[in-house]
Amino acid sequence: MPTITLSKKVVEKLVGKQLPLEELKDRIAMLGTDLEEIEGDNIHVQIFPNRPDLLSEQGFSRALSSFIGVKTGLRKYTVKQSNHKVIVDPSVTGIRPFTACAIVKGLHFDSETLRQLIQLQEKLHVTYGRKRKKAAIGIYPLEKITFPVTYKADLPHKIIFQPLDAEKEMTAAEILEEHTTGKEYGSLLQALPRYPFFIDARGEILSMPPIINSEKTGRVTAETTGVFIECSGFDFDVLSRCLNMIVTALADMNGEIYTVKLEYPEGTKVTPNLTSQKIKLDLSYLNKRLGLHLSEQEAGNLLERMGYGFERGEVSIPSYRADILHQVDLAEDIAIAYGYENFQEEIPNVATIGEEDAFEKFCKKIREILVGLQLLEIKNFHLTTKEDFTTKMNLSEELIPLKNALGDHNYLRNAILPSLLKTLAENQHHEYPHNIFEIGRIFTPSAEEDTGVRERETLGIVLCHEKTDFTEIKQVVTALLHSLGLEFKINEITHPSFIIGRVGAIIIDGEQIGMIGEFHPQVLMNWEVMVPAVGLELDLEKVFGLIK
Amino acid sequence: MDNKSIIAKLHPLERQVLPILPHTTELAAIAKKGKLKEIEVMRALQWLENKNLLTLETTKKKVVFLDREGQRYQKEGLPEKIFLDVLSDEFKGLNIITKKSKLSRQEVDACIGLLKRKDAIEITKEEQQLQVRITDKGMKLRQERTAEDRFLEQQFPLDIERIEDVKEKLAFEELKKRKGILRIEDIKSVHATLTILGREISMYNLEGEVINRVTTGMLQTGSWKEKTFREYDVEAAVPQKYPGKKHFENEAIEYIKSIWLEMGFKEMTGKYVQSAFWDLDALFTPQDHPAREMQDTFYVEGKAKLPEIWTKVKETHENGANTGSIGWKYSFSKEETEQLLLRTHTTVLSAQRLSQLKKEDLPAKFFAVGKVFRNEALDWKHLFEFYQVEGIVIDPNANLKHLKGYLTQFYKKMGYPKVRMRPAYFPYTEPSLEVDVFHPIRKQWVELGGAGIFRPEVVTPLLGFDCPVLAWGQGMGRIISEYWKITDIRDINNNDLKQIREMKRWLR
Repeated sequence: MPTITLSKKVVEKLVGKQLPLEELKDRIAMLGTDLEEIEGDNIHVQIFPNRPDLLSEQGFSRALSSFIGVKTGLRKYTVKQSNHKVIVDPSVTGIRPFTACAIVKGLHFDSETLRQLIQLQEKLHVTYGRKRKKAAIGIYPLEKITFPVTYKADLPHKIIFQPLDAEKEMTAAEILEEHTTGKEYGSLLQALPRYPFFIDARGEILSMPPIINSEKTGRVTAETTGVFIECSGFDFDVLSRCLNMIVTALADMNGEIYTVKLEYPEGTKVTPNLTSQKIKLDLSYLNKRLGLHLSEQEAGNLLERMGYGFERGEVSIPSYRADILHQVDLAEDIAIAYGYENFQEEIPNVATIGEEDAFEKFCKKIREILVGLQLLEIKNFHLTTKEDFTTKMNLSEELIPLKNALGDHNYLRNAILPSLLKTLAENQHHEYPHNIFEIGRIFTPSAEEDTGVRERETLGIVLCHEKTDFTEIKQVVTALLHSLGLEFKINEITHPSFIIGRVGAIIIDGEQIGMIGEFHPQVLMNWEVMVPAVGLELDLEKVFGLIK
Repeated sequence: MDNKSIIAKLHPLERQVLPILPHTTELAAIAKKGKLKEIEVMRALQWLENKNLLTLETTKKKVVFLDREGQRYQKEGLPEKIFLDVLSDEFKGLNIITKKSKLSRQEVDACIGLLKRKDAIEITKEEQQLQVRITDKGMKLRQERTAEDRFLEQQFPLDIERIEDVKEKLAFEELKKRKGILRIEDIKSVHATLTILGREISMYNLEGEVINRVTTGMLQTGSWKEKTFREYDVEAAVPQKYPGKKHFENEAIEYIKSIWLEMGFKEMTGKYVQSAFWDLDALFTPQDHPAREMQDTFYVEGKAKLPEIWTKVKETHENGANTGSIGWKYSFSKEETEQLLLRTHTTVLSAQRLSQLKKEDLPAKFFAVGKVFRNEALDWKHLFEFYQVEGIVIDPNANLKHLKGYLTQFYKKMGYPKVRMRPAYFPYTEPSLEVDVFHPIRKQWVELGGAGIFRPEVVTPLLGFDCPVLAWGQGMGRIISEYWKITDIRDINNNDLKQIREMKRWLR
């Protein structure tokens, strides 16, 4: 979630009211943003991904002002017509097919407002624009552009201009290879045969979206009074809404919004379109979901506190809101306006019968038996290093790897005893005996599972002290299985982790349910464990199946 | 207490040690004289000190031990001697010499350096190989018993203070520099000084039979009747005994489970390896949602088989299907949804459970306490696997107030009397809320997890019809760290046996 920094002074001016600090903090949190802190003039606040319209001082203040009741209801924005055109060339089809554009005039930038604009653009890029993939925004000083502008695509070596912060003209390919921004976002274009760009009537390249503007025509400064804005991407509605978030913010900086005609091959569109979508309020649905008994009037008032328009049962959704998919989204806003703190807890009179999972209950029993045998339970991670489960155990089995682990625990464990040996290795400075057990999952490939991975809850026990031996571990398994009313036998097997002649399979009704043995000194040495140890492993799901 | 009752309480070890004490005061010496183990003497001395019969004084001294190589050299001689022994006055290849000497490569390297400094050998290079021969000086050295040889011949461990002679000191310094020969340790030396009372008691005849343990034999023969039972110091400390124990984290989990069971919830369990479909898509998380990016989720190689309802979920993402929603309006990728991952939340279990329910099963309540995985590097406040407490209530009449009600009840039983809800955002709930509890001691609100009512876009495809589903996924780490005062979250799973043994129990 992005954190933005807002100027408290600017916010207060835009809100139209100054709140005491504690109240301000509380209101910001209850509005549905996560306040990090207020230090001096800086408000640091996290904006949830569903509210990109709050990513500017203007958008944020607009919402807060309604919320605290200063200026409620749908904000009206005047959009004037301009005759400026953007021609969308068929060459962008399949490349980056859409753009939505606007013009805003009458602006007076200073370093503070420029900071606000840049922050809005950047944060929109990261969130709503999904790192420029879904939407990229370009803002240009109007006086440097000659209309009509054309949005087209061409071969990378044919696109040549001087990008922002560069000394000289570069080809598109050079920009992707050498320019900082080019390197950062280059992957969005690299695979394409042609790269998209905006070019004006004089043949000046304005920008190559979603990478960078031109130094000559694409740098907004304190002298700029009018701007041309374009959003480019893959979904016209998304771009249109993104554009609305920017133009309304600029309008709240006293700018005047003007339309741009977009000449698509299939027909003309005009943006920005600030008309509200309307949705019928389903009052009983909302009341039911929230447990409230609001009248239509009350619901309407609450919606107006969230910046909606409301008239005769119909809700007007602000054109910059991107998150209203369904009635429930109105329910949430009504709940926020009503105040989450005002919902009283209630336990309904609904009779249901509690039930513990039978296998979990069984595991609890196993734990109790083992605790009675004076064993200590440990809990290791399911993610592990390969070495611990192969070379250290004298084994060479395949483990299921993770594709992208950040740390060095990048495999799923396929056995439990190595985890217990690890614990032994790490506890040699503590008093012996180290008689321990663990119940946890192990993972093996299996074509029968939907996921291709079989997970088995497994018990591991290890006894480690000077005098331990096979007899002692066999006593433990005998006590455990007899407590469960199970008779078993042990068949001698060989296993690289154990001493030959001191390892066996635990068998019930002809099926192997586990193994038991004395660890090979080489294995103990691999772990640098200097005290003898014996262990056993039981497939608890098989055991559970037997007692059911 | 008179002398007689003091004597009656003396342990056999004390009786053996006391008569030695007027003449010998040092622990090791007492043990030697009394033919006892040092640990036994130490115990006796401590008991006697408790009885005010003596005072103990512990001083530290440095003692030299023979290390692994040192022990070998003591038997076989120093490697430079062995090396010299296999040389002759003609040049021989180093490989042959090494083989003959049976020394390791490292030892040979060390020998060459050392002997070169002493002019005991001469070296040339021929055909890429070092050639070595002994010099006259070397011949002499071979015969000589050096200070180093003499040093090693002593009895170890050796009190460092006893190394006085200058030559001996030089030899010691030389050997100390070499790897694996000597080991110097701080040894505590214990001296006992009898008090006046102790001196008096030590004059008594302390022999004669006293009974330490009642034996079966005594009981069978009745021989105990003629014997005196030693009186114990019942106030004395005894060695620690550790019970078998569940892991403390599981104790807390069992308690949490018991609360939900009391409240009429059924338990859900499920797999750790899940498809993106169940973990994310079934929960209406758009496929380009930032939370799906690689860095948050562990992906596993392979492709999942999808359940039939996947097409309904796809449609809902794309255009809302029959849910009354407009959907996310993008084209849903099958490949993306088939990806395998380690579940990032237990909400995946809620989604799966919803898909199994029928109308006649409602109302129903479920909970899970289970592991979830996040692709994070391990540090003091991040684990890559940890527990989440999950709950859902599927009830046609459920509402936001009930959600607060269930969570308030739960947290009351966890020891937090008040619950607060704050607006939050999750793609699968609406309203979405953050749950804070009031910390009764710190007097502040603490964030414990997310909650909300599942969106119709989640419920309808899974359940087949829309119905309010209250849902929450709460963290457990905070509660556990808080209860056991754990400041580094890694300590929950570091399996320090001492910590697990000594940890207090979950007492709620």
